[in-house]
Amino acid sequence: MANTSQRPLSKLEALILGVIGLAGFLGIWLAASMSGYVPRQFLPTPFEVLARATYLLTAPFAGATLPMHLARSLERYAYGVALAASIGVPLGLAMGLYRWLDDIVTPVFDGLRFIAPIAWVPFAALWFGTGIGGPIMIIFSGAFPPCLINAYRGARFVDQRYIEAAQMLGTNSLRTITEVLLPASLPSIIAGLRVGAGLGWQSLVGAELIVASAGVGYMIVQGQSNISTPTVMAGMLAIGLVGLLIDVALRQMEVLVRRARGLA
Amino acid sequence: MTPSTLPGAHSSSTLPARLTRRFLGTGSVLVLLAAWAVLTMVTDTISTSRFPSPLQFWQSTKQIVTVGYADGTLVGHALHSTRLVVLGFAVAAGIGVPLGLLMGWSRRAEALINPAFLVIRPVPPLAWIPLAILWLGLGDAAKIMVIFFAAFVPAVINTLSGIRAIEPPIIEAARMLGTGRWRFLSEVLLPAAAPMIFTGLRLALQAAWTTLVAAELVGALAGLGRVLNMAQQDIYPAMVMVGMAAVGVLGWATTRLLAEVERRAMPWLAH
Repeated sequence: MANTSQRPLSKLEALILGVIGLAGFLGIWLAASMSGYVPRQFLPTPFEVLARATYLLTAPFAGATLPMHLARSLERYAYGVALAASIGVPLGLAMGLYRWLDDIVTPVFDGLRFIAPIAWVPFAALWFGTGIGGPIMIIFSGAFPPCLINAYRGARFVDQRYIEAAQMLGTNSLRTITEVLLPASLPSIIAGLRVGAGLGWQSLVGAELIVASAGVGYMIVQGQSNISTPTVMAGMLAIGLVGLLIDVALRQMEVLVRRARGLA
Repeated sequence: MTPSTLPGAHSSSTLPARLTRRFLGTGSVLVLLAAWAVLTMVTDTISTSRFPSPLQFWQSTKQIVTVGYADGTLVGHALHSTRLVVLGFAVAAGIGVPLGLLMGWSRRAEALINPAFLVIRPVPPLAWIPLAILWLGLGDAAKIMVIFFAAFVPAVINTLSGIRAIEPPIIEAARMLGTGRWRFLSEVLLPAAAPMIFTGLRLALQAAWTTLVAAELVGALAGLGRVLNMAQQDIYPAMVMVGMAAVGVLGWATTRLLAEVERRAMPWLAH
């Protein structure tokens, strides 16, 4: 008998199973590192990782404390994503409005799209150095495509009658974009920003692994070369948490925008 | 409309419109190539120590194809990278899709597995690279581990949401007809969730490529990432460009291959 239960579990049952699952995960981890089959140095217990993370909150490693590394990373990240959004969104909207621009940009864009953002690292380092410019370029190349694609798609699906009405009333192109296309495609744009922000965060980590001299990514690489597994894992924890916070914040914004539009 | 055009692209149905479109498209690429040649070789506006000229690009391509660079020829490096991507992707899909099916099949399994999954999921695949190097060194095993983590998450999530999105009447009908467990899985769940599963696999494949390039850039003994890394250290922009082009072409080719598999696996969908 097929027993796919499409009926959700009761809250209590889901909670109990969830706790068991999490406890099982941590238990296996703990048992593996306590068993002695793997060197403790390479697989610290969950508690050691937490202790290392709290220690790094105040004590410097690789030149800075964990919050300072995070601040450096977030600074680069903010510049990179802001740049991607401020070029990608207007370009996407304009491509939605003008077919000739679409015809010109799309082949170039499609050609570059398959190059992984991280493959830009050598050029980024060569052109903009390893301080702030190089990593920003990598973040940009990660966050740019979703910003452009979603703005474009949003603009394409705007009811043609609105655009025609605006044009009939003599609205110029700039106002058509800012006052017709932008508001109408906002939900799609926000969704694109969320995807872009996620990819940007990933690209940031990659960039910092290779070409940076500060930041969380740099911290975990230094942890690796000092064979300090707890530092590496504490850094991964911090990267995961911040990435999660960014995603939750943007998801919230998406819900708000959709609700304001009566879409949700 | 080819799959490579942007979603919702301007549909140009009339012949002159299509011709204009093609003309503008090829035109923009040609103009870009011409500008590249002129700016680097004729006017020297762009210094070739920062951005290679087309001629240098061609010479570097010839060098890596015939003589080799970074301890191998282009074909050797490309095969090395492709093999790792395919291996890591196959392991991730082989574990991820069944796990997603299991979580979609039973709400209990989902409640049990999800918390552990939620701990791993927010960690970007690239952040596993230092840990993989610590555990497994600079060889192939570390790369496969990193690719696994990159491809595993999208494979699970999309399989799960593919099953969740099946309309209840379909499941109820199968149940009412007394469909057996195995037939229910192979003839109801899998086909209905197949489009989402393939979306997940496509995302997984892209993530696998990105992650492999990053892992090879951090440290590797062979592969396209190592070509990029060596070229960066040698300050050899033309070879950097060759490496990037190879990464792009291989990423495109594997995606096309998967699209072809997808088309054959789901003949009932018109493409």
